[in-house]
Amino acid sequence: MARQLKWQLGTVVEIRKETPTVKSLILDLPEWTTHLAGQHVDVRLTAEDGYQAQRSYSIASAPEDKYLMLTVEHIKEGEVSPYLTEVLRVGDQVELRGPIGGYFVWKAGDAQDDGSPLLLVAGGSGIAPLMAMIRHRANSDKKVPTRLLYSSRSYEEVIYREELDRLAANDSSLSTFHTLTRRQPQNWTGYARRIDRAMLVEAGWRSAEKPLAYTCGPTALVETVANLLLELGYEPERIKTERFGPTGG
Amino acid sequence: MAENFISPGFKGRARVIENNLKERIPPGQYETKEFPVLSAGPTPRSSLERWDFSISGEINEKLKWTWDEFLKLPHETVTVDIHCVTKWSKLGTVWTGVSVDTLLEGVDLDAQPAVGYLIAFCDGGYTTNLPLADVRSRKAWIAYEYDGRLLAPEHGGPARLLVPHLYFWKSAKWVRGFKLVTENRQGFWESAGYHNYGDPWKEQRYAGD
Repeated sequence: MARQLKWQLGTVVEIRKETPTVKSLILDLPEWTTHLAGQHVDVRLTAEDGYQAQRSYSIASAPEDKYLMLTVEHIKEGEVSPYLTEVLRVGDQVELRGPIGGYFVWKAGDAQDDGSPLLLVAGGSGIAPLMAMIRHRANSDKKVPTRLLYSSRSYEEVIYREELDRLAANDSSLSTFHTLTRRQPQNWTGYARRIDRAMLVEAGWRSAEKPLAYTCGPTALVETVANLLLELGYEPERIKTERFGPTGG
Repeated sequence: MAENFISPGFKGRARVIENNLKERIPPGQYETKEFPVLSAGPTPRSSLERWDFSISGEINEKLKWTWDEFLKLPHETVTVDIHCVTKWSKLGTVWTGVSVDTLLEGVDLDAQPAVGYLIAFCDGGYTTNLPLADVRSRKAWIAYEYDGRLLAPEHGGPARLLVPHLYFWKSAKWVRGFKLVTENRQGFWESAGYHNYGDPWKEQRYAGD
Protein backbone atom coordinates (compact mmCIF):
# COMPACT_ATOMS: atom_id res chain seq x y z
CA MET A 1 0.00 0.00 0.00
CA ALA A 2 1.19 3.47 -0.89
CA ARG A 3 2.49 5.79 1.77
CA GLN A 4 -0.18 8.26 2.88
CA LEU A 5 0.26 11.93 2.10
CA LYS A 6 0.59 13.39 5.59
CA TRP A 7 -0.80 16.71 6.71
CA GLN A 8 2.02 19.05 7.62
CA LEU A 9 2.41 22.61 8.84
CA GLY A 10 3.95 25.26 6.64
CA THR A 11 5.09 28.61 7.96
CA VAL A 12 4.35 31.73 5.95
CA VAL A 13 7.70 33.40 5.28
CA GLU A 14 6.43 36.01 2.85
CA ILE A 15 3.16 37.26 1.38
CA ARG A 16 3.39 38.84 -2.04
CA LYS A 17 0.59 41.00 -3.39
CA GLU A 18 0.36 40.01 -7.05
CA THR A 19 -2.76 41.93 -8.11
CA PRO A 20 -5.62 43.69 -6.27
CA THR A 21 -7.29 40.31 -5.63
CA VAL A 22 -4.43 37.82 -5.76
CA LYS A 23 -1.70 37.07 -3.26
CA SER A 24 1.14 34.59 -3.27
CA LEU A 25 1.97 32.80 -0.03
CA ILE A 26 5.58 31.73 0.29
CA LEU A 27 5.72 28.77 2.66
CA ASP A 28 8.50 27.02 4.48
CA LEU A 29 7.75 23.30 4.75
CA PRO A 30 10.28 21.32 6.76
CA GLU A 31 8.97 17.95 5.58
CA TRP A 32 8.37 18.70 1.92
CA THR A 33 9.18 16.19 -0.81
CA THR A 34 9.91 17.73 -4.18
CA HIS A 35 6.93 18.27 -6.46
CA LEU A 36 6.55 18.25 -10.22
CA ALA A 37 5.61 21.48 -11.96
CA GLY A 38 1.82 21.44 -12.36
CA GLN A 39 0.97 19.57 -9.16
CA HIS A 40 -1.22 20.92 -6.38
CA VAL A 41 -1.63 20.74 -2.63
CA ASP A 42 -4.67 20.43 -0.40
CA VAL A 43 -4.96 23.16 2.22
CA ARG A 44 -6.98 22.44 5.35
CA LEU A 45 -8.28 25.08 7.74
CA THR A 46 -9.60 24.19 11.18
CA ALA A 47 -11.78 26.47 13.32
CA GLU A 48 -11.73 26.41 17.11
CA ASP A 49 -14.84 24.21 17.27
CA GLY A 50 -13.16 21.63 15.04
CA TYR A 51 -14.97 22.63 11.85
CA GLN A 52 -12.72 22.09 8.84
CA ALA A 53 -12.62 23.24 5.25
CA GLN A 54 -10.30 21.97 2.52
CA ARG A 55 -9.44 23.30 -0.91
CA SER A 56 -6.84 22.51 -3.57
CA TYR A 57 -4.29 25.06 -4.78
CA SER A 58 -1.77 24.69 -7.56
CA ILE A 59 1.88 25.06 -6.70
CA ALA A 60 3.38 28.08 -8.47
CA SER A 61 7.01 27.62 -7.43
CA ALA A 62 9.54 25.53 -9.31
CA PRO A 63 10.56 22.18 -7.82
CA GLU A 64 14.06 23.65 -7.39
CA ASP A 65 12.89 26.59 -5.24
CA LYS A 66 13.66 26.66 -1.55
CA TYR A 67 10.12 27.59 -0.57
CA LEU A 68 6.71 26.53 -1.81
CA MET A 69 4.58 29.22 -3.44
CA LEU A 70 0.79 29.09 -3.57
CA THR A 71 -0.96 31.83 -5.51
CA VAL A 72 -4.47 32.43 -4.23
CA GLU A 73 -7.25 34.50 -5.73
CA HIS A 74 -9.65 36.03 -3.24
CA ILE A 75 -13.11 34.65 -4.09
CA LYS A 76 -15.74 36.95 -2.57
CA GLU A 77 -18.19 34.27 -1.46
CA GLY A 78 -15.38 31.86 -0.75
CA GLU A 79 -14.54 30.24 2.54
CA VAL A 80 -10.86 29.35 2.33
CA SER A 81 -9.42 31.93 -0.08
CA PRO A 82 -10.51 35.00 1.98
CA TYR A 83 -8.71 33.49 4.97
CA LEU A 84 -5.54 32.79 2.98
CA THR A 85 -5.49 36.24 1.36
CA GLU A 86 -6.81 38.47 4.17
CA VAL A 87 -6.31 36.80 7.55
CA LEU A 88 -3.07 34.87 7.28
CA ARG A 89 0.08 36.83 8.23
CA VAL A 90 3.80 36.25 7.88
CA GLY A 91 4.85 33.86 10.64
CA ASP A 92 1.44 32.14 10.77
CA GLN A 93 1.15 28.47 10.02
CA VAL A 94 -1.10 26.70 7.58
CA GLU A 95 -1.85 23.00 7.26
CA LEU A 96 -1.44 21.28 3.92
CA ARG A 97 -0.58 18.02 2.22
CA GLY A 98 0.83 17.14 -1.16
CA PRO A 99 2.16 17.16 -3.78
CA ILE A 100 -0.89 15.76 -5.60
CA GLY A 101 -1.65 14.96 -9.22
CA GLY A 102 0.39 13.01 -11.74
CA TYR A 103 -1.09 14.05 -15.08
CA PHE A 104 -1.15 17.84 -15.45
CA VAL A 105 2.60 17.96 -14.89
CA TRP A 106 5.62 18.90 -16.93
CA LYS A 107 9.20 17.92 -16.29
CA ALA A 108 12.10 19.19 -18.34
CA GLY A 109 13.81 16.35 -20.15
CA ASP A 110 11.26 13.60 -19.46
CA ALA A 111 9.61 11.41 -22.11
CA GLN A 112 6.95 13.95 -23.04
CA ASP A 113 9.51 16.75 -23.28
CA ASP A 114 10.77 15.25 -26.52
CA GLY A 115 12.01 18.52 -27.99
CA SER A 116 8.67 19.45 -29.51
CA PRO A 117 7.45 22.90 -28.52
CA LEU A 118 5.35 23.76 -25.52
CA LEU A 119 2.19 25.86 -25.56
CA LEU A 120 0.85 27.15 -22.25
CA VAL A 121 -2.56 28.85 -22.18
CA ALA A 122 -3.76 30.44 -18.97
CA GLY A 123 -6.79 32.36 -17.80
CA GLY A 124 -6.54 34.48 -14.65
CA SER A 125 -5.16 32.61 -11.65
CA GLY A 126 -4.93 29.52 -13.87
CA ILE A 127 -1.43 30.80 -14.57
CA ALA A 128 -0.17 29.32 -11.26
CA PRO A 129 0.65 25.72 -12.32
CA LEU A 130 1.91 26.98 -15.70
CA MET A 131 4.19 29.43 -13.87
CA ALA A 132 5.68 26.47 -12.01
CA MET A 133 6.46 24.97 -15.44
CA ILE A 134 7.95 28.23 -16.75
CA ARG A 135 10.08 28.61 -13.63
CA HIS A 136 11.18 24.99 -13.75
CA ARG A 137 12.06 25.38 -17.43
CA ALA A 138 14.12 28.50 -16.64
CA ASN A 139 16.14 26.42 -14.18
CA SER A 140 16.87 23.61 -16.62
CA ASP A 141 19.71 23.37 -19.13
CA LYS A 142 17.78 22.36 -22.21
CA LYS A 143 15.03 24.85 -22.97
CA VAL A 144 12.30 23.61 -25.25
CA PRO A 145 10.72 26.43 -27.31
CA THR A 146 7.78 27.69 -25.27
CA ARG A 147 4.92 30.12 -25.83
CA LEU A 148 2.56 31.40 -23.18
CA LEU A 149 -0.81 32.88 -24.07
CA TYR A 150 -2.27 34.50 -20.98
CA SER A 151 -5.75 35.99 -20.69
CA SER A 152 -6.44 38.52 -17.94
CA ARG A 153 -9.26 40.99 -17.41
CA SER A 154 -6.99 44.03 -17.15
CA TYR A 155 -3.32 45.02 -17.00
CA GLU A 156 -3.45 45.33 -13.20
CA GLU A 157 -4.77 41.77 -12.97
CA VAL A 158 -1.87 40.13 -14.82
CA ILE A 159 -0.23 37.89 -12.22
CA TYR A 160 3.61 37.57 -12.30
CA ARG A 161 3.71 40.26 -15.02
CA GLU A 162 7.19 41.59 -14.31
CA GLU A 163 8.73 38.17 -13.81
CA LEU A 164 7.22 36.94 -17.08
CA ASP A 165 8.54 40.01 -18.92
CA ARG A 166 11.98 39.47 -17.45
CA LEU A 167 12.09 35.76 -18.23
CA ALA A 168 10.97 36.32 -21.82
CA ALA A 169 13.45 39.18 -22.31
CA ASN A 170 16.34 36.94 -21.25
CA ASP A 171 15.33 33.86 -23.20
CA SER A 172 14.87 33.89 -26.96
CA SER A 173 13.02 30.56 -26.87
CA LEU A 174 10.29 31.84 -24.53
CA SER A 175 7.56 34.11 -25.89
CA THR A 176 4.65 35.53 -23.94
CA PHE A 177 1.40 36.84 -25.41
CA HIS A 178 -1.12 38.70 -23.29
CA THR A 179 -4.75 39.39 -23.92
CA LEU A 180 -6.71 41.83 -21.76
CA THR A 181 -10.40 41.10 -22.09
CA ARG A 182 -12.06 43.94 -20.19
CA ARG A 183 -9.83 47.00 -19.95
CA GLN A 184 -6.60 47.87 -21.72
CA PRO A 185 -4.11 50.62 -20.90
CA GLN A 186 -3.44 53.33 -23.49
CA ASN A 187 -1.02 52.26 -26.19
CA TRP A 188 -1.69 48.57 -25.40
CA THR A 189 -0.25 46.50 -28.21
CA GLY A 190 -1.34 43.06 -27.05
CA TYR A 191 -4.64 41.34 -27.70
CA ALA A 192 -7.85 42.81 -26.34
CA ARG A 193 -10.43 40.05 -26.65
CA ARG A 194 -11.23 36.59 -25.38
CA ILE A 195 -9.01 33.82 -26.69
CA ASP A 196 -10.18 32.71 -30.12
CA ARG A 197 -9.00 30.62 -33.02
CA ALA A 198 -7.04 33.41 -34.73
CA MET A 199 -5.18 34.13 -31.51
CA LEU A 200 -4.24 30.47 -31.04
CA VAL A 201 -3.03 30.33 -34.64
CA GLU A 202 -0.78 33.36 -34.06
CA ALA A 203 0.42 32.57 -30.56
CA GLY A 204 0.44 28.78 -30.81
CA TRP A 205 2.46 26.30 -32.81
CA ARG A 206 1.65 24.57 -36.05
CA SER A 207 0.26 21.10 -35.37
CA ALA A 208 3.01 19.62 -37.59
CA GLU A 209 5.49 20.60 -34.86
CA LYS A 210 3.70 18.16 -32.51
CA PRO A 211 3.26 20.70 -29.73
CA LEU A 212 2.49 19.73 -26.16
CA ALA A 213 -0.22 22.00 -24.71
CA TYR A 214 -1.30 22.77 -21.17
CA THR A 215 -4.27 24.98 -20.43
CA CYS A 216 -5.55 26.07 -17.06
CA GLY A 217 -8.21 28.56 -16.08
CA PRO A 218 -11.96 28.94 -15.78
CA THR A 219 -13.99 26.10 -17.30
CA ALA A 220 -15.30 28.15 -20.25
CA LEU A 221 -11.80 29.23 -21.27
CA VAL A 222 -10.33 25.75 -20.96
CA GLU A 223 -13.22 24.19 -22.89
CA THR A 224 -12.80 26.78 -25.69
CA VAL A 225 -9.03 26.42 -25.87
CA ALA A 226 -9.05 22.60 -25.83
CA ASN A 227 -11.72 22.47 -28.56
CA LEU A 228 -9.88 25.01 -30.73
CA LEU A 229 -6.56 23.21 -30.35
CA LEU A 230 -8.25 19.98 -31.49
CA GLU A 231 -9.64 21.83 -34.52
CA LEU A 232 -6.15 23.15 -35.24
CA GLY A 233 -4.86 19.59 -35.37
CA TYR A 234 -3.23 19.21 -31.96
CA GLU A 235 -3.25 15.60 -30.79
CA PRO A 236 -5.87 15.08 -28.07
CA GLU A 237 -3.44 13.20 -25.82
CA ARG A 238 -1.05 16.16 -26.03
CA ILE A 239 -3.62 18.66 -24.73
CA LYS A 240 -3.72 18.68 -20.94
CA THR A 241 -6.37 20.60 -19.12
CA GLU A 242 -7.00 21.81 -15.60
CA ARG A 243 -10.23 23.63 -14.89
CA PHE A 244 -11.07 26.01 -12.08
CA GLY A 245 -14.80 25.67 -11.54
CA PRO A 246 -16.75 28.67 -10.21
CA THR A 247 -17.29 26.94 -6.92
CA GLY A 248 -16.41 29.63 -4.44
CA GLY A 249 -13.06 28.27 -3.28
CA MET B 1 1.59 15.62 13.55
CA ALA B 2 -0.66 18.57 12.88
CA GLU B 3 -3.62 16.66 14.28
CA ASN B 4 -4.73 19.32 16.70
CA PHE B 5 -3.75 22.38 14.74
CA ILE B 6 -6.19 25.31 14.84
CA SER B 7 -5.92 27.87 12.04
CA PRO B 8 -5.61 31.18 13.90
CA GLY B 9 -8.58 33.41 13.13
CA PHE B 10 -10.41 30.93 10.90
CA LYS B 11 -14.13 30.87 11.52
CA GLY B 12 -15.50 29.16 8.44
CA ARG B 13 -18.98 29.36 7.02
CA ALA B 14 -22.10 29.57 9.14
CA ARG B 15 -22.68 26.10 10.58
CA VAL B 16 -26.50 26.23 10.52
CA ILE B 17 -26.73 24.93 6.99
CA GLU B 18 -23.76 22.66 7.44
CA ASN B 19 -25.35 20.91 10.41
CA ASN B 20 -28.54 20.18 8.48
CA LEU B 21 -26.56 18.55 5.72
CA LYS B 22 -23.98 16.95 7.90
CA GLU B 23 -25.05 13.38 7.26
CA ARG B 24 -25.01 13.98 3.49
CA ILE B 25 -21.65 15.76 3.12
CA PRO B 26 -18.59 13.55 3.59
CA PRO B 27 -15.56 14.81 5.54
CA GLY B 28 -13.51 17.52 3.82
CA GLN B 29 -16.27 18.26 1.29
CA TYR B 30 -18.39 21.37 0.83
CA GLU B 31 -21.69 21.79 -0.94
CA THR B 32 -21.93 23.53 -4.29
CA LYS B 33 -25.00 24.42 -6.32
CA GLU B 34 -22.88 24.66 -9.46
CA PHE B 35 -21.85 21.72 -11.58
CA PRO B 36 -18.09 22.13 -11.99
CA VAL B 37 -16.36 20.49 -14.95
CA LEU B 38 -13.15 18.57 -14.42
CA SER B 39 -11.38 16.51 -17.02
CA ALA B 40 -7.78 15.89 -17.90
CA GLY B 41 -8.04 16.65 -21.60
CA PRO B 42 -10.30 17.92 -24.35
CA THR B 43 -13.98 16.96 -24.40
CA PRO B 44 -14.45 14.16 -26.97
CA ARG B 45 -17.38 14.51 -29.35
CA SER B 46 -18.91 11.10 -29.99
CA SER B 47 -21.18 10.65 -32.96
CA LEU B 48 -24.28 8.76 -31.89
CA GLU B 49 -24.29 6.73 -35.12
CA ARG B 50 -20.92 5.28 -34.18
CA TRP B 51 -21.54 5.08 -30.44
CA ASP B 52 -21.94 1.71 -28.81
CA PHE B 53 -21.63 0.29 -25.33
CA SER B 54 -19.92 -3.05 -24.91
CA ILE B 55 -19.21 -5.52 -22.13
CA SER B 56 -16.38 -7.94 -22.69
CA GLY B 57 -13.11 -9.04 -21.07
CA GLU B 58 -12.24 -12.24 -19.26
CA ILE B 59 -15.78 -13.56 -19.61
CA ASN B 60 -17.48 -15.96 -21.98
CA GLU B 61 -19.97 -13.35 -23.14
CA LYS B 62 -19.56 -10.37 -25.41
CA LEU B 63 -22.38 -7.84 -25.28
CA LYS B 64 -22.90 -4.74 -27.36
CA TRP B 65 -25.64 -2.14 -27.74
CA THR B 66 -25.96 0.63 -30.31
CA TRP B 67 -27.27 4.01 -29.15
CA ASP B 68 -30.79 3.19 -30.34
CA GLU B 69 -30.70 -0.21 -28.66
CA PHE B 70 -29.38 1.35 -25.48
CA LEU B 71 -32.23 3.86 -25.31
CA LYS B 72 -34.73 1.00 -25.58
CA LEU B 73 -33.36 -0.74 -22.47
CA PRO B 74 -35.36 -0.35 -19.27
CA HIS B 75 -34.25 2.91 -17.69
CA GLU B 76 -34.80 4.63 -14.42
CA THR B 77 -34.49 8.08 -12.92
CA VAL B 78 -32.52 8.38 -9.70
CA THR B 79 -31.81 11.26 -7.32
CA VAL B 80 -28.37 10.98 -5.75
CA ASP B 81 -25.66 13.04 -4.00
CA ILE B 82 -22.32 13.22 -5.80
CA HIS B 83 -18.89 13.92 -4.31
CA CYS B 84 -15.85 15.08 -6.28
CA VAL B 85 -12.37 14.49 -4.91
CA THR B 86 -11.63 18.18 -5.58
CA LYS B 87 -13.85 18.82 -2.50
CA TRP B 88 -17.24 19.75 -3.92
CA SER B 89 -20.39 17.78 -3.27
CA LYS B 90 -23.62 18.33 -5.11
CA LEU B 91 -26.78 17.11 -3.45
CA GLY B 92 -29.96 15.79 -5.00
CA THR B 93 -28.76 15.44 -8.59
CA VAL B 94 -31.26 13.78 -10.94
CA TRP B 95 -30.09 11.31 -13.57
CA THR B 96 -31.78 8.98 -16.03
CA GLY B 97 -30.10 5.93 -17.43
CA VAL B 98 -29.78 2.18 -17.43
CA SER B 99 -28.92 0.33 -14.26
CA VAL B 100 -25.68 -1.64 -14.57
CA ASP B 101 -27.64 -4.61 -13.17
CA THR B 102 -29.74 -4.54 -16.34
CA LEU B 103 -26.61 -4.55 -18.52
CA LEU B 104 -25.07 -7.42 -16.57
CA GLU B 105 -28.16 -9.62 -16.92
CA GLY B 106 -26.59 -11.13 -20.02
CA VAL B 107 -23.42 -12.18 -18.18
CA ASP B 108 -23.45 -15.37 -16.11
CA LEU B 109 -21.38 -14.00 -13.25
CA ASP B 110 -22.23 -16.91 -10.94
CA ALA B 111 -20.48 -19.26 -13.35
CA GLN B 112 -17.41 -16.98 -13.45
CA PRO B 113 -16.73 -16.12 -9.81
CA ALA B 114 -13.09 -15.13 -10.41
CA VAL B 115 -14.23 -12.10 -12.38
CA GLY B 116 -14.36 -9.55 -9.57
CA TYR B 117 -13.47 -6.24 -11.19
CA LEU B 118 -14.20 -4.03 -14.13
CA ILE B 119 -12.36 -1.42 -16.11
CA ALA B 120 -14.62 1.24 -17.55
CA PHE B 121 -13.21 2.59 -20.80
CA CYS B 122 -14.16 5.79 -22.54
CA ASP B 123 -13.82 8.00 -25.59
CA GLY B 124 -10.72 10.08 -25.07
CA GLY B 125 -8.83 7.16 -23.53
CA TYR B 126 -9.93 7.59 -19.90
CA THR B 127 -10.25 4.47 -17.76
CA THR B 128 -11.23 3.75 -14.18
CA ASN B 129 -11.32 0.52 -12.18
CA LEU B 130 -14.04 -0.72 -9.84
CA PRO B 131 -14.89 -3.85 -7.91
CA LEU B 132 -17.85 -5.50 -9.64
CA ALA B 133 -19.74 -5.49 -6.33
CA ASP B 134 -19.73 -1.68 -6.43
CA VAL B 135 -21.71 -1.49 -9.64
CA ARG B 136 -24.26 -4.20 -8.80
CA SER B 137 -27.38 -4.17 -6.60
CA ARG B 138 -28.60 -0.81 -7.93
CA LYS B 139 -25.45 1.06 -7.04
CA ALA B 140 -24.49 2.21 -10.53
CA TRP B 141 -26.01 3.38 -13.80
CA ILE B 142 -25.03 4.37 -17.30
CA ALA B 143 -26.68 7.77 -17.36
CA TYR B 144 -27.61 9.67 -20.50
CA GLU B 145 -29.85 12.37 -19.02
CA TYR B 146 -29.08 14.91 -16.35
CA ASP B 147 -31.86 16.99 -14.84
CA GLY B 148 -34.31 15.94 -17.53
CA ARG B 149 -32.08 16.79 -20.48
CA LEU B 150 -29.63 14.83 -22.59
CA LEU B 151 -26.27 14.83 -20.86
CA ALA B 152 -24.02 17.64 -22.13
CA PRO B 153 -20.65 16.61 -23.60
CA GLU B 154 -18.61 18.47 -20.96
CA HIS B 155 -20.44 16.48 -18.27
CA GLY B 156 -19.79 13.20 -20.03
CA GLY B 157 -22.47 12.98 -22.73
CA PRO B 158 -23.69 11.08 -24.58
CA ALA B 159 -23.41 8.72 -21.60
CA ARG B 160 -21.41 8.43 -18.41
CA LEU B 161 -21.05 5.93 -15.66
CA LEU B 162 -22.74 7.02 -12.42
CA VAL B 163 -21.44 5.46 -9.20
CA PRO B 164 -22.53 8.01 -6.61
CA HIS B 165 -21.23 6.22 -3.52
CA LEU B 166 -17.61 6.66 -4.67
CA TYR B 167 -15.67 9.82 -5.53
CA PHE B 168 -16.91 11.14 -8.84
CA TRP B 169 -13.81 10.34 -10.91
CA LYS B 170 -15.09 6.75 -10.78
CA SER B 171 -18.20 7.94 -12.62
CA ALA B 172 -16.35 7.90 -15.92
CA LYS B 173 -17.44 10.41 -18.55
CA TRP B 174 -17.94 9.40 -22.20
CA VAL B 175 -18.06 5.77 -21.15
CA ARG B 176 -18.17 3.21 -23.95
CA GLY B 177 -18.01 -0.06 -22.11
CA PHE B 178 -16.69 -2.36 -19.41
CA LYS B 179 -13.95 -4.90 -19.47
CA LEU B 180 -14.70 -7.49 -16.80
CA VAL B 181 -11.48 -8.82 -15.32
CA THR B 182 -10.11 -11.01 -12.55
CA GLU B 183 -7.44 -8.57 -11.43
CA ASN B 184 -7.93 -5.07 -10.01
CA ARG B 185 -5.78 -3.05 -12.41
CA GLN B 186 -5.44 0.70 -11.91
CA GLY B 187 -7.19 3.16 -14.21
CA PHE B 188 -6.17 6.67 -15.25
CA TRP B 189 -6.34 8.67 -12.00
CA GLU B 190 -5.67 5.60 -9.88
CA SER B 191 -2.24 5.29 -11.51
CA ALA B 192 -1.65 9.07 -11.11
CA GLY B 193 -1.69 9.08 -7.30
CA TYR B 194 -5.39 8.82 -6.54
CA HIS B 195 -6.93 6.17 -4.34
CA ASN B 196 -7.69 2.79 -5.86
CA TYR B 197 -11.18 2.58 -4.32
CA GLY B 198 -12.23 6.16 -3.47
CA ASP B 199 -14.80 6.00 -0.66
CA PRO B 200 -15.66 9.64 0.16
CA TRP B 201 -16.92 8.71 3.66
CA LYS B 202 -13.49 7.32 4.49
CA GLU B 203 -11.86 10.24 2.67
CA GLN B 204 -9.93 7.92 0.37
CA ARG B 205 -8.70 10.69 -1.90
CA TYR B 206 -5.13 9.71 -2.63
CA ALA B 207 -3.12 6.51 -2.64
CA GLY B 208 -2.41 5.55 0.97
CA ASP B 209 -5.46 7.36 2.45
